[in-house]
Amino acid sequence: MTMSINLFLLFLLVIIAIAAITIKDLLSAVILLGAYSFLMALAWVEMQSVDVGFMEATVGAGVTTAFMIAALARTTRWEKK
Amino acid sequence: MNPTTEKGSIVVETVSRIMIPFIQLFALYVIFHGSLGPGGGFQGGAVFASSFILYIVVFNIARGKKRVPESVNMALSSAGLYIYAGVGLLSILFSLGAAQYLNYGFIPFTSHFEENRALGIDLIEIGVGMTVMAIMISIFFDLAWDKGKEKEG
Repeated sequence: MTMSINLFLLFLLVIIAIAAITIKDLLSAVILLGAYSFLMALAWVEMQSVDVGFMEATVGAGVTTAFMIAALARTTRWEKK
Repeated sequence: MNPTTEKGSIVVETVSRIMIPFIQLFALYVIFHGSLGPGGGFQGGAVFASSFILYIVVFNIARGKKRVPESVNMALSSAGLYIYAGVGLLSILFSLGAAQYLNYGFIPFTSHFEENRALGIDLIEIGVGMTVMAIMISIFFDLAWDKGKEKEG
């Protein structure tokens, strides 16, 4: 049961990471990084490390996403070819 | 609530107006229960900062700047640092020559060593939370504040 949850989470993490570095829309990349952080928080909690999972959920999924979007407002949205 | 604000959605404004106090209450819970369960000063400060970031995003950034000015940010961040260092230096003073930095048990808040230790940990967490909150709001302001629109605010 835990093994299957772990495998599912890690599979989704790899998919989201590859999508975040290949996508051309930078706003979508930021949102994908937020989803990555949230799934990573789930993986930490699943590994019995609630403190690190909490940290990942607040800082990674919450504050860093807001920082990235605020930084993105200063540049262009689309990556150059 | 204010219909004259630019692009303000009344649903988003009302929901965040209701949610922000509960987010801040949860942040205080995280800070004060950091020694017992998961959480602590850093996470609580991050949650508190994200409540202010929600306020800034939903309402105007100029209103956020008015609510949390830069001087308050600087005062809170340095006050948190001074609380942390002050508790550590008080521990050095009261440990009577043993020079144990941040050994909270020696500070005579109460007459019990363990209660002193719990209170010292709480003070440290408050200091860390204040600094993290102020610095994260300050970073967000520095990133999101558009110099060209300064005269509009």
